[in-house]
Amino acid sequence: MSQQPPIDFWSKDLVEGRDLSELTTLNLGPTHPATHGIFQNVLTLDGEIILDAKQTIGYIHRAFEKIAERRPFYQITTLTDRMNYCSAPINNMGWHMTVEKLLNIELPKRVQYMRVIVMELARIADHIICNTIIGQDVGATTPFLYVYQWREKIYEVYEEICGARLTTNMGRIGGWERNWSDAAWAKTKAIVKDLPAALKEFDNMLLRNRIFMDRTIGCGPISAERALAYGFTGPNLRAAGVDYDVRVADPYSGYDEFDFIIPVGTNGDTYDRFTVRQEEMRQSLSIIRQALEKLEKLGDKTTFRADAPEWVLPPKEGVYNNMEELIWHFKIVMGETDVPVGEVYHCVEGGNGELGFYLVSDGGRAPFRLHLRRPCYIYYQAFPEMIKGSMLSDAIITMSSMNVIAGELDA
Amino acid sequence: MPGFVVKAERDQQVKDGVLSVFGERITGIEQERDLLCIHVKKEALHDLLRALKDEHGFHFLTTCCGMHFPGEAQEFGLVYHLHNMRAGHRIRVKCRTTANDLEYQTATDLWPTANWMEREAWDFFGIKFKGHPDLRRILNMEDFPAFPLRKDYPLEDPTRQDKDDRFFGR
Repeated sequence: MSQQPPIDFWSKDLVEGRDLSELTTLNLGPTHPATHGIFQNVLTLDGEIILDAKQTIGYIHRAFEKIAERRPFYQITTLTDRMNYCSAPINNMGWHMTVEKLLNIELPKRVQYMRVIVMELARIADHIICNTIIGQDVGATTPFLYVYQWREKIYEVYEEICGARLTTNMGRIGGWERNWSDAAWAKTKAIVKDLPAALKEFDNMLLRNRIFMDRTIGCGPISAERALAYGFTGPNLRAAGVDYDVRVADPYSGYDEFDFIIPVGTNGDTYDRFTVRQEEMRQSLSIIRQALEKLEKLGDKTTFRADAPEWVLPPKEGVYNNMEELIWHFKIVMGETDVPVGEVYHCVEGGNGELGFYLVSDGGRAPFRLHLRRPCYIYYQAFPEMIKGSMLSDAIITMSSMNVIAGELDA
Repeated sequence: MPGFVVKAERDQQVKDGVLSVFGERITGIEQERDLLCIHVKKEALHDLLRALKDEHGFHFLTTCCGMHFPGEAQEFGLVYHLHNMRAGHRIRVKCRTTANDLEYQTATDLWPTANWMEREAWDFFGIKFKGHPDLRRILNMEDFPAFPLRKDYPLEDPTRQDKDDRFFGR
């Protein structure tokens, strides 16, 4: 092959100067099964080559930022579930940590490690969905059916912890609602033990598969410069070669005590996004393993919340039998504890990147203003640039490899 | 050197650099918890963002969002969070304006990602951006009659006809 400089499609207007009667306009979406969510893209095509794309978003906009202004802090957790619903626990934990930062609540080590475990499980579940769907969209149905059962097993752990599967509302401000059951620990350990073998098989099937490589290498690429300019974070930015990970850059919940690798890609194409997510799942398993060891060393098996009576609901036995606990319960539910005035920005590494909460408190029960930095919303605007000049079928797998989640996009 | 000392030094550097160039046009610099926050006059906002990006290494725009403070003289505002990934340093920039003067200079020439963030600010607060390539509503429908994140907009949609109290026996 001759070495030609890549054609710089993204900055060019490919439609300009063309006879419009030669071109086709195609609506990809809003409800197309291959877009995995409600997105509309109005494509201008020349044959099967995409010349231009115009996005319409907001089909499932639910005004979380407005609703949050009328809700006490602990009721906002349920809103965060519905953002990136593939990894709801990360959103929940991110929100709890934001409020804890505002209220200056210090968490015990055990609670932090438990949060790390559940966040990493959620990350694995999120990446399993994304990567198996890439497989599905290029025609490999097996991973979608086979590896997906591990997501089911992770959801069983959620069920043991909080009773819900998809919209988890997991944990509380200041810790957990209750201690984890023995089954939750056993199921977590079973996942750590058995998932690596399944990931290996997943790798064997796609990673060096000629058809898969031909299909995904060079598909939907973005350079590191453009990715940074477009505000990419998370696996999509790392696939472009920037080793930015919130867990390392701004460690929270005790991530600075863990030893793990940030995988990076080189081309920022669909294949790199796939491989980065594959490796991240392995690193997440390693983090969970380390967290389990650390918990073993701590020896503590009972602490599951911070000692902050003015924010953390006391256990029900206490409420029914003691005056002190009853008073705290009443005060918390009726909103009679003083919230400090202030502004905090806290971010966590969500399934798709930097999930940020900008919380402004004026001392009331509800936030004065809550702005959600949803990684999907921010990087989805680069989509037309990434698919310009490529085939229609490449646009589909580019979108699935970016892991755009409608709930997070529209908030 | 401990991290917080390094951070305090970086904050101080930014503070000195910005104050020496912008002087009067900076209305205040304060420490809000862990972030340094720069308040800037509206006409100097774009220059400040450019200086922070080019001279102080804040190459990454994390968020840009609108604010509404009803009853105050400077009723509306924009909040930017910038990030210098290389140094691991974040900063917050705030710019307030009155209700009669709701047009800011766009930041899309500095960061393409500001495009949708500014469209969101327009959609929810009615803040305009001069020089924006495509300033339309983004999450709400095109013909939506209000700017819903303003504090005077009620949570229950007043334009709806189907939730008349008569139908609920109230």
